[in-house]
Amino acid sequence: MGKVFSGAILTFLAPLAAAQNQVNMSPGVTEIGADIFELHMLIMWICVVIGVAVFAVMFYSIYAHRKSKGHQASQFHESTKVEVAWTVVPFLILIAMAVPATSTLLEVYDNDEAELDILITGYQWKWKYEYLEESGEPVAFFSNLATSQEEIYNTDKKGDNYLLEVDEPLVIPTNTKVRFLITANDVIHSWWVPEIAVKRDAIPGFINEAWTRVPEEGIYRGQCTELCGSYHGFMPVVVHAVPRGEFDAWMAAKRGAAVAQTQLAMQTLSVDDLMDQGKAVYDSACLACHGAQGQGGIGNAIAGSAVVMGDLSSHMAVVAKGVSGTAMQAFGGQLNDVEMAAVLTYQRNAFGNNTGDVVQPGDVTGMKNG
Amino acid sequence: MGAHHHGPAQGISRWLFTTNHKDIGTMYLWFSFAMFLLGGFFAMVIRAELFQPGMQLVEPGFFNQMTTLHGLVMVFGAIMPSFVGLANWLIPMMIGAPDMALPRMNNWSFWILPPAFLMLASTLFMEGGAPAFGWTFYAPLSTTYAAPSVTFFIFAIHILGVSSIMGSINIIATVMNMRAPGMTYMKMPLFVWTWLITAFLLVAVMPVLAGAVTMMLMDIHFGTSFFSAAGGGDPVLFQHIFWFFGHPEVYIIILPAFGVVSQIIPAFSRKPLFGYASMVYATASIAFLSFIVWAHHMYTVGMPIAGELFFMYATMLIAVPTGVKVFNWISTMWRGALSFETPMLFCIGFLILFTLGGFTGLMLSIAPADFQYHDTYFVVAHFHYVMVAGAVFSMTAAIYYWLPKWCGRMYSEAMGKTHFWISFIGFNITFFPQHFVGLAGMPRRIPDYALQFADFNMMSSIGAFIYGASQLLFLYNVIATIVAGKPVSDEKVWDGAEGLEWTVPTPAPYHTFEEPPAVPKPAGTI
Repeated sequence: MGKVFSGAILTFLAPLAAAQNQVNMSPGVTEIGADIFELHMLIMWICVVIGVAVFAVMFYSIYAHRKSKGHQASQFHESTKVEVAWTVVPFLILIAMAVPATSTLLEVYDNDEAELDILITGYQWKWKYEYLEESGEPVAFFSNLATSQEEIYNTDKKGDNYLLEVDEPLVIPTNTKVRFLITANDVIHSWWVPEIAVKRDAIPGFINEAWTRVPEEGIYRGQCTELCGSYHGFMPVVVHAVPRGEFDAWMAAKRGAAVAQTQLAMQTLSVDDLMDQGKAVYDSACLACHGAQGQGGIGNAIAGSAVVMGDLSSHMAVVAKGVSGTAMQAFGGQLNDVEMAAVLTYQRNAFGNNTGDVVQPGDVTGMKNG
Repeated sequence: MGAHHHGPAQGISRWLFTTNHKDIGTMYLWFSFAMFLLGGFFAMVIRAELFQPGMQLVEPGFFNQMTTLHGLVMVFGAIMPSFVGLANWLIPMMIGAPDMALPRMNNWSFWILPPAFLMLASTLFMEGGAPAFGWTFYAPLSTTYAAPSVTFFIFAIHILGVSSIMGSINIIATVMNMRAPGMTYMKMPLFVWTWLITAFLLVAVMPVLAGAVTMMLMDIHFGTSFFSAAGGGDPVLFQHIFWFFGHPEVYIIILPAFGVVSQIIPAFSRKPLFGYASMVYATASIAFLSFIVWAHHMYTVGMPIAGELFFMYATMLIAVPTGVKVFNWISTMWRGALSFETPMLFCIGFLILFTLGGFTGLMLSIAPADFQYHDTYFVVAHFHYVMVAGAVFSMTAAIYYWLPKWCGRMYSEAMGKTHFWISFIGFNITFFPQHFVGLAGMPRRIPDYALQFADFNMMSSIGAFIYGASQLLFLYNVIATIVAGKPVSDEKVWDGAEGLEWTVPTPAPYHTFEEPPAVPKPAGTI
């Protein structure tokens, strides 16, 4: 019995000792993160001290003032002095807590003089990042969960960054004041990265501000923290902080790719190109609901679907505008014309649909405009 | 019939048509226990899914339905009705009244509850599933993006609100008009005081909740845009309205619990409650403050800094009256003659764990730190410490304490104590590690989590199964007591118990205080 009991205790204490089980807030890498951490520890220790004192009195009473030991109850039931004291003293302690809390809060709210603005938009269930710069080709992209369905459904071994990995992270320069303008496209989301101590709700129709200045290079991971529907648990945030030079090079490459994409939209693409790119778009945007073989799941089957094999413009309307009242979202704002053309072509020819239809970026642009 | 005392009617009509406060109290208590088991079952589904990383048992959408229904059923179906049941049984007996002031309305306020919950539970079987937007039902997830069953949810909330308002009006009317001669306000037992204040809170905020769900209904079906920026509305408006209801709501849940603890601790300390008057004033202060702190649930929505500061300071202030209460309870125990029967054990459990929940509440009130805590498991741990270890523990204490008076039979002390220790240990294994995973960065309301949270989640799930199983022992103990417990006939079942309810025969007869009793001494003295 004793062995079983101590075994049980050990089972429960082991995780506390194991290194990978973090039990406290992380001070993170930013100045504000460190300030918040200190504030958190300060308030916690004040609570611990008060708690120890109060419970010591209670446990002493439980030990010493037992009826079973023959203790006689005294009958006192009020004392104005004591009651005033334990009203006033806590009040003073609270004032002592409010002072550092106020100054930290003022720092958190200091959104001025940012060197880089990034618009973050929450979608069900991914993030869109847009770099707001005055000149140059605009850079914007979506950041999707990169963990595979096989890992989630336990048929594949889970990687180290299970559920905290994305296909394309947000890249920011170190030692630069970056301002985040945060909003949402559908429901409320919340953008949180614990290590840089930024959490702000993304509210459709409104723009919230937050900022950070990351001193160290690194990869910082977080998650959406506002319930936003079925896949709320599957929209991580990953931030890469890189030195300014590396950031500029990355930015230039992204701009180049954006220019190439625009040019691509004016060309006629080969069927193979469309099918390849279409498969890539399908796998990141459609697969979770419609299945790897187009067999359906949360969404309808793509294989043999009347919509997919029917009129092209109504097929595109469904993909672009979604179906209200269902989980089928509007992808019009999320896919550019090349991607849209590719995924339409892919859906119309993959999974045995074999319609032979080829949709070119120009067709998509045409349908959009009229 | 004339002057005859008549007992209960026979068969089902006794329960359907009863206007007797004891019958209605009993029905409320059984109903809330059934809801407690249902909500607990939902919690078990949640903990089973979270036992290991990866999706195992349910789909993410269904997981959200479980968290939503768990919250709604526990708050509106288990905790609130259980305290209304307790109020029905005890308030007339504590103030020397023959019944509640509005007995027919009393019947109605109970009987509309079961259909409302039946309707809410039936949404599980509807196309698109049950509500899956959390018990806080933030728009537009609960409006534009909700399953069609949301309309049934709105109707259910309306009915619950009507029931609560009727129950509260009844309690206010009873306490104000039906006290026995000599039972002045400042002689009323603390349980009556806390309920009187709670009833005023309910009357003030339930209509606000009704307003919120009505606006949702309009947005969903009638083309308005209260909560949609595209039509000139604001999703954050929903949160302001919801929490203007929601914050007082959490005090609605906890104040009667304070009342219960203030009755039981003196009884087992054999010593009058310390600081009776300050307890009353502290309760009233908490109730007042509850109206001006709602936006501390919304520190991350992007409020102006002035708003953040105001709500932070106001929220921190709540620690003062709450501290006074804890100090008073401990002073009541100090130099008493303590004994540790099951009700007292649950009250001491309450005292320790509720105080821990209060400390984390104070931490959460600090706005800049809340940017890291908000919507993580740290919050989940916090509110389960105050809701479960606060409200549910005190409710359990109340059942053990008054059950012998109600049914004239004694529960099994050994089983009661076993129930306490399993509950206490199971509860802490469940919720203490949630502080850790929350601080380490685990968001709430997610069906699957990163690998670093795995150990503590498994621990939490094991604790939850232990805590859940202990409630079946409780159910068995209560039924065994009612059916075959050792008969007790002393008017004062507990030697230290004080108050008018202990002056009537045991078991309490169907009608009590048809003649007003003489009120002997002020509360606060023996």
